Amino acid sequence: MGILAAVNRVYWHEFFFMLFAGISVVFAVCVLLTQNIVRMAFYLVLSLGSTAGLFFLAGAEFVGAMQLMIYVGGTLVLLIFGVMLTAQQRYVKMNTHPTDWVLATIVGGSLLVLLIGAAAGVDSWKDASASKKALAELDVDDARTATPLGLALTGVRVDKLDSDDPALANGQSGYLLPFIIVSVHLLVVLIGAAYMARTKRSATAPVGRAERARLNIMQMEHETDDVVYSASKQSSSSLLDSDQSQAEESTDEAQE
Amino acid sequence: MIGSLVSTGASTVTEFISQNIFGLDDPNWFMYLLCGVIAAVLVLHVIAVGALFFIWAERKIAGRIQDRLGPTRVGGKFGWLQTLADGVKLIAKEDFIPRDADAPLFKIAPYIAFAASFAAFLALPFADGAVAHHVNTAVFFVLAVLGLEVFGVILAGYASGSKWSLFGAMREAAQVVSYEVPLGMCVVIPVFVAGTMNLTTIGEMQAGWFNNWLVFHDPFTFIAAIVYFTCATASVNRAPFDLAEAESELVAGFHTEYSGLRWSFFFMAEYGSMFLVSALASILFFGGWHPPIPIDIWILEAFADPDLVAAGPLKDAVPSLVTFLVMLIGIATLVAKSVIGVVVMMWVRWTFPRLRIDQVMATCLKYCVPIAAVCFVGSMTWETLDLPSMNTINRYEIHEDWSEDLAVSTVGEDGVDPEWPEDENDDESSEVMDGEEAPIEEDSVAVQNGLSLQEGE
Repeated sequence: MGILAAVNRVYWHEFFFMLFAGISVVFAVCVLLTQNIVRMAFYLVLSLGSTAGLFFLAGAEFVGAMQLMIYVGGTLVLLIFGVMLTAQQRYVKMNTHPTDWVLATIVGGSLLVLLIGAAAGVDSWKDASASKKALAELDVDDARTATPLGLALTGVRVDKLDSDDPALANGQSGYLLPFIIVSVHLLVVLIGAAYMARTKRSATAPVGRAERARLNIMQMEHETDDVVYSASKQSSSSLLDSDQSQAEESTDEAQE
Repeated sequence: MIGSLVSTGASTVTEFISQNIFGLDDPNWFMYLLCGVIAAVLVLHVIAVGALFFIWAERKIAGRIQDRLGPTRVGGKFGWLQTLADGVKLIAKEDFIPRDADAPLFKIAPYIAFAASFAAFLALPFADGAVAHHVNTAVFFVLAVLGLEVFGVILAGYASGSKWSLFGAMREAAQVVSYEVPLGMCVVIPVFVAGTMNLTTIGEMQAGWFNNWLVFHDPFTFIAAIVYFTCATASVNRAPFDLAEAESELVAGFHTEYSGLRWSFFFMAEYGSMFLVSALASILFFGGWHPPIPIDIWILEAFADPDLVAAGPLKDAVPSLVTFLVMLIGIATLVAKSVIGVVVMMWVRWTFPRLRIDQVMATCLKYCVPIAAVCFVGSMTWETLDLPSMNTINRYEIHEDWSEDLAVSTVGEDGVDPEWPEDENDDESSEVMDGEEAPIEEDSVAVQNGLSLQEGE
């Protein structure tokens, strides 16, 4: 029973925080140290997944599921492209140039300094017992965030209802405008992606023929040697002629 | 004695076990651990025993559809023990890793696929109160975690060091990423109609006769249910969408190089996912754990204490053992509905020929996505205009349990409601008042906003 009593004194919330944070950090370092692109993606997924675990531990189930869906799903697509573009053996290993290391160290280091500064600025974190007390008072079941988040996005902040400012207290402090702007932005991106990806079958055929004709002419010019590069005017006019003749030919074919 | 053993109010299996079997109101870490292990083992057995049954059923159904008998010898007349024999065969096989394989990833890939399938079950309610972990955004969680299963498949395809495997994995990746779009759209429709992402609440909103099921809410949800099932079949990589393991062209696709138990983990994951998407379909569209005929309500009404009926929900007015019985009926109903879904998937698999990869993509992008989008807009319009519906239940009376806590925290100490913006009040209350059984005006506004505010008077 001595062991049981000892185990009971372990602060389990803290323990699991340490566990998830440790997994996250260790695999983030692994991403840096490995050179195989697929393993990198795998470690990144583990790192991001344990970050989602941190969110679940904090009771933010919506954000945790979001983390899984967006980051882990996004890394998945990254992995697919990584494999598709580098499936040959010589590309699978990624070699980092020393300059990249220097640049990355500067960027990452300044972010780290910023974050440590921000973390040191939180007063309640300086006193360990105070933060434990605050955590003990927090009921994780109350932290179910999805509906308040959704209401905030549609314009009602349930956490501001008892605010002194009457406009805020009426719940008119939500994020409707940013939400709409982001939605429209995403819609535009989606339509743009669909437009870029669509097959231009009807448009490409004639252009392809003209292009081919142009290439033929240029080859001929090289072979005959009597047309030099300085005579660009002449060649471009001949190209135009050839394009027209080509177009006439194609219409003839179509009529036949 | 037994009645006192079973008490109400437990929202998860863990709490249920700790309160009723061990009689603890505030269990210590050991009891939490024990109860958590029991819950996990129960969920694990949904997959393990489910796979045992479904593999036998798949062989039987395939046999009957192809005018054969299927397994007949192992374990009596119907070949009940065929899966067990398969399992013994798989355990006896050599665990083989190809020379070109990326060994650590090759070893871990089947476990990732299985773990993803297993983890999604943690948030899936089997009845009101029968859920391993009560997640407020369960729909979202289940979809997010289920999407991770493909990760194991891609790792397996890459790490095998084989062209067949790589091709299979790439196809699977492209397919799953594409089908997540219409799948998500179809799932959003019942979420929108119910006004919550909590699967337990969505299920409770379909109590009563089968006309209360969300599939009968309007014509658009009916179509959306069919589109959901198509996309779910594709996203769990079942025929006719099983391009990742097309035997005719890719040997066995992503699991070409796997053998023995590692191979079987992929199949446990596949059958687990099939059951999961079918259960999700049952909860979202087909009434969840409520039987088509409201036997559960009848039982509750028969045992209800007339003094307590007026005070609160029907569940609080009956002996706790009856609640437990109703929960068991609910679990059996949901499992039965899910098994029907899985059997339909098998029926489809052995009836339709496999699609080509471009046909799979065209089915998704040219048919499923536009149909799902139209259904989404259509059923939104239907709900907003409050057009006639077969559903007769008043959904605004059912809300999530957390909202009462929030109401306590937002309502001032003197019990006065916080003031809502006037224009919002008018819009939403008029909308609700159009409904057949509109509750009191103030209450409806609060519930519309996801809050159940205590009334001042």
